[in-house]
Amino acid sequence: MRILHAGTAGTLESSDVLITVERNPEKGFVIELESISEARFGNRIREVITETLKKLQVEDVKVRVQDRSALDCTIRARLTAAVFRAAGIEKYPWEELE
Amino acid sequence: MLYVPGNSAAMVKDAHIYRPDTVMFDLEDSVSYREKDAARFLVYQTLRTIDYGGVETAVRINGLDTPYGKDDIEAMVRARPNIIRIPKTEKAQDVSDVETEIERVERKIGLPIGTIKLFVAIETPLGVLNAREIACSSNRLLGIALGAEDLVTSLRTSRSKDGIELYYARSQVLYAARVAGINAIDTVYSNVQDEEGFLAEVRLIKQLGFDGKSVIQPNQIKLVHRVYTPTEEEIHKALRVLEAIREAESKGSGVIALDGRMIDKPVVERARWTIELAKASGVVPEEVKL
Repeated sequence: MRILHAGTAGTLESSDVLITVERNPEKGFVIELESISEARFGNRIREVITETLKKLQVEDVKVRVQDRSALDCTIRARLTAAVFRAAGIEKYPWEELE
Repeated sequence: MLYVPGNSAAMVKDAHIYRPDTVMFDLEDSVSYREKDAARFLVYQTLRTIDYGGVETAVRINGLDTPYGKDDIEAMVRARPNIIRIPKTEKAQDVSDVETEIERVERKIGLPIGTIKLFVAIETPLGVLNAREIACSSNRLLGIALGAEDLVTSLRTSRSKDGIELYYARSQVLYAARVAGINAIDTVYSNVQDEEGFLAEVRLIKQLGFDGKSVIQPNQIKLVHRVYTPTEEEIHKALRVLEAIREAESKGSGVIALDGRMIDKPVVERARWTIELAKASGVVPEEVKL
C-alpha cells in the first residue's frame, strides 16, 4: 500500500493511542513511540506496529505513536485506520485484513 | 442492553465488566462521519480479541442506505458478534436486505448460514405501523427494540416523564414481538441524573410486558436488574405452583388447586417465566426444575 500523505487515527484518551503515519523518504520503518508504559511494553508496541505494517504491505513509513495504555487490538485498529487514511483508500480489502 | 460508542477504545474494551445482558457497540449515531472507518476497525479488532465473559455482544451498524452500511456488515460478520442490530427499520424488506448481505459474507468466509443473529430498532412512525411484518420477517431475529428519540421528533412531540407519547409505539412493538415470538426491548432514558424517573420508566415497561431496556450508562444496569429480578415472594409462589402441577401430573389428576384456587395454564406459564427470569438474574440455581 502506498502512503500518499500524512494520516492520523485514534485519540489521547485513556486506553487509546493516537497514531500518525507519513512517508519515510528513507527506506524502512521508523517508529517514534511516546508511552507512559514504554519501559514495560515499548518492545511489544513496536512489535505490534511492525507486524501490522507488514500485514498491510506498507513500506518506507514513519509512524508516530502516542500511547495511552492501549491494548494490542486498539493499536492494530488505529494503525490500520491511519494507514488507509494516509493511502486515501476507502474500499477496504476485508479478506486480506482478516 | 448497554450502548457503547464504537469509537471509544476504553468503553469498547471494558463495557462487559458492568455485566449488562448485552453490550451493543454503536457504529451509527454516536460516531461522527469522519470517524466511521476508525470505529469500524476498533470494534472489529476488539471483538476478535477480547473475551466478553459470556456477555452477549451486538453491533448497531449504519443503514444500507448510507455509504457505511455494507462495509459495516462486511467487517462485523467477520468479527462475529452474536447480533447485528439494524437501525431505523421501516419495513420487512430492510431486514431482508441486511440478511442478504450477512449471508453473502457468511458464505464467503465459511461461517454457517444463520450464525449472526439480528435485532431491529423501530424509530419512525412507518416502522411502528409495520412492526408486525418487521418482527416476523426473519428467522435470525432475536428481538425488536424501540428507539424513541427520533420517533418523538417525527411525532412532533418530546419525551415526557409518564411516557404518554410512547404508549402506542410501545404497545405496537410489544405485540409485534409477541406475535413473532421474539424479545421486546424498550428505548433509552436519556436523563442519567434522574434515577427515580428511570426506575419509574423501567417499572412501567416491565408492567407493559417488555423483556428489557436499552441503557446508556453502566449505572442504569443494576437498576434494570433490580426491577426485573423476581422478589422472594414471587419466586416462592412460582415454585409452589410448579410443585403442585408436578404432583398433580404424577397422580394423573386433571384439575389442580393450590390454596383453594384453581391453577390453570396461564398461571403455570407465568410461574415458569418467573423462575426463568429468576435463574437469569442469578437468584435461583440453574438446576431448579421448570
